[in-house]
Amino acid sequence: MKISYQWLNQMVDLHGIDPQKLADQVSVTGIEVASVIAPDAGLKKIVIGHILSTKPHPDSDHLTLCQVDLGAAEPVQIVCGAPNVAADQYVIVALPGSRIAGNVKIKRGKMRGEASEGMICSLQEIGFSDSVVPKEFANGIYVFPQPEPVGDAVFLYLGMDDRLIDFDITPNRADTLGMHGAAYEVGAMLHERPRFPEVNLNATGLPTHELIKVDVENLELVPQYLMRVVQNVTIKPSPLWLQIRLWNNGIRPINNVVDVTNFVLLEYGQPLHAFDYDKIPSKQIVVRTARTDEQLTTLDDEEWTLRPTDLVITDGTKPLALAGVMGGLDSEIDAQTTNVLLESAVFNGTAIRKTAQWTNLHSEASTRFEKGINQDDVGQALDRAVQLLCDLADGTASEGTVIGHQVLPAEPEVLVDPQRVNHVLGTQISAAEMRQILTDLQFKHQDQGDQILVTVPRRRWDISIEADLIEEIARLYGYDKLPSTLPTGVQTQGAYNHRQQLIRTAKRNLLAQGLDEVISYSLLTEPQATAFAAHAPAPIKLAWPMTQDHAYLRENLVSGLILDLQYNLARHQNNVQIFEQGNVFIPQGAETQPLEVPMIAALWSGELSEPSWLNKPRAVDFYDAKGVVEELLTILGVQDQVVYEAETGLSDLHPGRTARLKLGEATLGFVGEVHPNVQHEHNLPATYVMQLDLSVILAASLPALVAQPAAKYPAIDRDLALILDQQVTNAEVEAVITAQAGKYLQNVQIFDVFAGEKIGHLKRSLAYRLHFQNPAATLTDDEINQAMAKVTQALTEQLHAQVR
Amino acid sequence: MGLKAKLEELKTKGLVDIQAADDQRQLNEIRVKLLGKKGPLTEVLRGMKDLSAAERPQVGEFANKIKTELATAIDQQLQVLDQKSLQQRLAHETVDVTLPGRQAQVGTPHILNQVIDDLEDLFIGLGYEVIDGPEVETDHYNFEMMNIPKDHPARDMQDTFYITDELLMRTHTSPNQARTLETHDFSKGPLKMISPGRVFRRDNDDATHSHQFNQIEGLVIDHHVTMADLKGTLEVVARHVFGDEREIRLRPSYFPFTEPSIEVDISCFACGGKGCSVCKHTGWIEVLGAGMVHPNVLRGAGVDPVEFGGFAFGLGPDRFAMLKYGVNDIREFYQNDLRFLHQFQREVK
Repeated sequence: MKISYQWLNQMVDLHGIDPQKLADQVSVTGIEVASVIAPDAGLKKIVIGHILSTKPHPDSDHLTLCQVDLGAAEPVQIVCGAPNVAADQYVIVALPGSRIAGNVKIKRGKMRGEASEGMICSLQEIGFSDSVVPKEFANGIYVFPQPEPVGDAVFLYLGMDDRLIDFDITPNRADTLGMHGAAYEVGAMLHERPRFPEVNLNATGLPTHELIKVDVENLELVPQYLMRVVQNVTIKPSPLWLQIRLWNNGIRPINNVVDVTNFVLLEYGQPLHAFDYDKIPSKQIVVRTARTDEQLTTLDDEEWTLRPTDLVITDGTKPLALAGVMGGLDSEIDAQTTNVLLESAVFNGTAIRKTAQWTNLHSEASTRFEKGINQDDVGQALDRAVQLLCDLADGTASEGTVIGHQVLPAEPEVLVDPQRVNHVLGTQISAAEMRQILTDLQFKHQDQGDQILVTVPRRRWDISIEADLIEEIARLYGYDKLPSTLPTGVQTQGAYNHRQQLIRTAKRNLLAQGLDEVISYSLLTEPQATAFAAHAPAPIKLAWPMTQDHAYLRENLVSGLILDLQYNLARHQNNVQIFEQGNVFIPQGAETQPLEVPMIAALWSGELSEPSWLNKPRAVDFYDAKGVVEELLTILGVQDQVVYEAETGLSDLHPGRTARLKLGEATLGFVGEVHPNVQHEHNLPATYVMQLDLSVILAASLPALVAQPAAKYPAIDRDLALILDQQVTNAEVEAVITAQAGKYLQNVQIFDVFAGEKIGHLKRSLAYRLHFQNPAATLTDDEINQAMAKVTQALTEQLHAQVR
Repeated sequence: MGLKAKLEELKTKGLVDIQAADDQRQLNEIRVKLLGKKGPLTEVLRGMKDLSAAERPQVGEFANKIKTELATAIDQQLQVLDQKSLQQRLAHETVDVTLPGRQAQVGTPHILNQVIDDLEDLFIGLGYEVIDGPEVETDHYNFEMMNIPKDHPARDMQDTFYITDELLMRTHTSPNQARTLETHDFSKGPLKMISPGRVFRRDNDDATHSHQFNQIEGLVIDHHVTMADLKGTLEVVARHVFGDEREIRLRPSYFPFTEPSIEVDISCFACGGKGCSVCKHTGWIEVLGAGMVHPNVLRGAGVDPVEFGGFAFGLGPDRFAMLKYGVNDIREFYQNDLRFLHQFQREVK
């Protein structure tokens, strides 16, 4: 709500504090102020003019020549195109050299040959929003309702010299959605007791209960429901001072009856509704929940088929209004209304919220019912409105209020222990200071031993426990006066756990191997979510996704990397080596949280390095990807235990260029080329990917690392070149070598792979270097020769190898 | 000419030849010629037998001296020649040091993870544990345990991706407060934790909204933890991330799970508080929310709110990174354009 500085100043002595200063102070002690609005900002030389006479423009069928008194010795001529311009109007005139809305400069000029000394303005032209301009002036110039001092700047007369402090409230502080609440808040801050206009009602009409009968069926949803009648009203525009209050708060003035309900809404924060009494022939009001399929047309001419959760105001048979949300068209106040039935009530916030949500009718009233109402002032707000209608619409108040239901919530009594306050805040605020703050808040309080018993008024329904009062004391004492300390007490040890360390190590290793880290979305399309898996379960779906692109929980990380690749390719970033670490979500049944598995995945596409004068760029291949995986697994300590097998079962991967990684019985992941079909579908160049399940590594047991002394004796290398059938794998050869070469074999390294005509059809040559070392003695040639003989024999027998 | 004079002449001539030599081979020839077995010096020495016994040692000594002098001169000239040929080689080997080098390719950590890692390091140093939690949460932990019952107006503040009535994408990492409070053994000391991670809101992605972003929740619970401790801790964070000169300002706010609740502003790092476009001319920038843990949260997790209390805070690495590095569109963090990511290759402290 936008708090008018001038209005507030009538309730609390603001001591002339600059509005911006006041706003800053409020922000720091209570309510965040979004901005301070100056309606006249950027406007100048706009004055009141009096149209003395008019005559049609000789060369136009819609322009009028006006003689306008601007307070100078001689009137001036202004050409005006508005249809509603007429003699003897007091109007807004933008003088030559003035600035109007949108920083438009007005110049002296000629319109179709006639001089025009400025412009007669509409409200929109001086910055009013269309939504607040009174309907009668919507398509023309504004006309003051009474003579105003000619030549004066208009701002004062239209409330544009006011400053509007826009309270951006949190949901707990809806008590400031009315001027009274705002005045209490600002008063507490300034140590001022707010004062409000007294309500003196002279009820001379018939007893209200003779005019209307009120029943509330759903008592728990309607804690309070009060009504009064104002008879013999005259419908007319409200006085300008009241219209100003409304339009400065974004509400369009309509007529005196509707305006009074809105004015009291702003004043008290209490929504009111005015029915045309004569349109309710039953002279009866029943408040209840709607019946299935009941119909209602609201004030905005919308027809609704109501739901049983909606609260409605009925005439005993049919709905008249959506309670707390919007009135009905059939009982609307119109120009002929003479008797007004006024409602002031409290409706259950949850019920109102449901209705407001499904109808998408979020009104000033529904917002307040949803967030809460000052239950103390329901009757007073009603009386205030009746009084204003008597004053401004010449009505007669009915005598007494008909109470359909009224149960006031208890006023909480909360004990505050000053010692506890200081314990929580880390301060040394005296009990006297705390009492003063409670007094400033206008909370009743009395000492009870060392403690203070506080009676919380109903207008502050956000306060019910000691912690709430500690907040009140702290914020008004001033957070700026809090000391700055660090927690003391028993020391604690901060550290990553094993899982967090492993994840960090893995990420750092991939960075060191030249891959960039990305963060992709966890929510994807269904095909993306289930890709790169053999038997992916149906992925978890959001009940109400925002877009179809982000509707399913990913079961792999690679799809995200491919999206990242596509994004980069579209921007001519063709050499992409990226990785992501994150969770995938494996469903465990509809009502159970999914298994969240930590994964790490990488993608390579394009060339390995940027072209340079030193290197010829080289397209990435399978062994680049696999090498990174091997290095990563070495750092993570499991490379020795990992088995790489040809993987043909993943339809999104190249069946001849994919390895499945196994760690013991568990599948650790895969590394391979994206299937050419998938590459084609996504318009990708050759792209390689890998994905590892880090939970498998976390579960693996690593032997303790025990250091060995560096060998003192010479090592011996022997090379072995073999010709084998093409389908014999390196793994098979290495297995035979490792099994046969004896205990002094330290490692086997393949250093050449060759296939060609020289070797023979469907054959290939593999060359290995065997590294022997005896840690305790110098190896003899005999020992090595024997080992090599065994190896050669086994390779020949088992794999039909031909030793070259 | 006496033997001695002959030797003198030999020396003089020899030294001239030596210094004239301009390569190793020439010098070797000179060495052989002068000092070799068939050389003049040997010859002179051979003539010593004709000398008297008295002269012989004198001339012998003199001859040896000359021999040494010549040998030394040859060695010196050799060194001169070595230096000269080294100079030539070095000149020949000269490279253009301004050409770019052969770089090992090193990847760039994602800027959001850099921000998170940096804060994790800070808090681990302050004795905090790092707690992970599920990204798919239950309504119970995400809302109920955080003092946000069904139909609470605060649920409007966080539009939620529900999966079922009870399962949802967590809207904050706060549920890890309750999860950890339930299991923490306070007899072993206070609870000090941070919980970083992905969170989700039902938002349309635009420059300032992302349906996925990150949060770091912090929580400290002990017998006596004060709001002043919260202020001090947040000052440490603000100064660590945004610079030592930062001041912080606490403003009242509202979160269902804290009471009192505050928003925290830092003095603008761009203008130092004078007012500029970064801080919208207020001198202050809102960076995080915090407060003293609500007794209902403690009670709900089985912790006695009379005996124990403390503070919680929640900060957004995305917002921190946007502010600190002037990123104007949050989507850049998730589009992963390499040109955007590579900017953060530098150690970004």
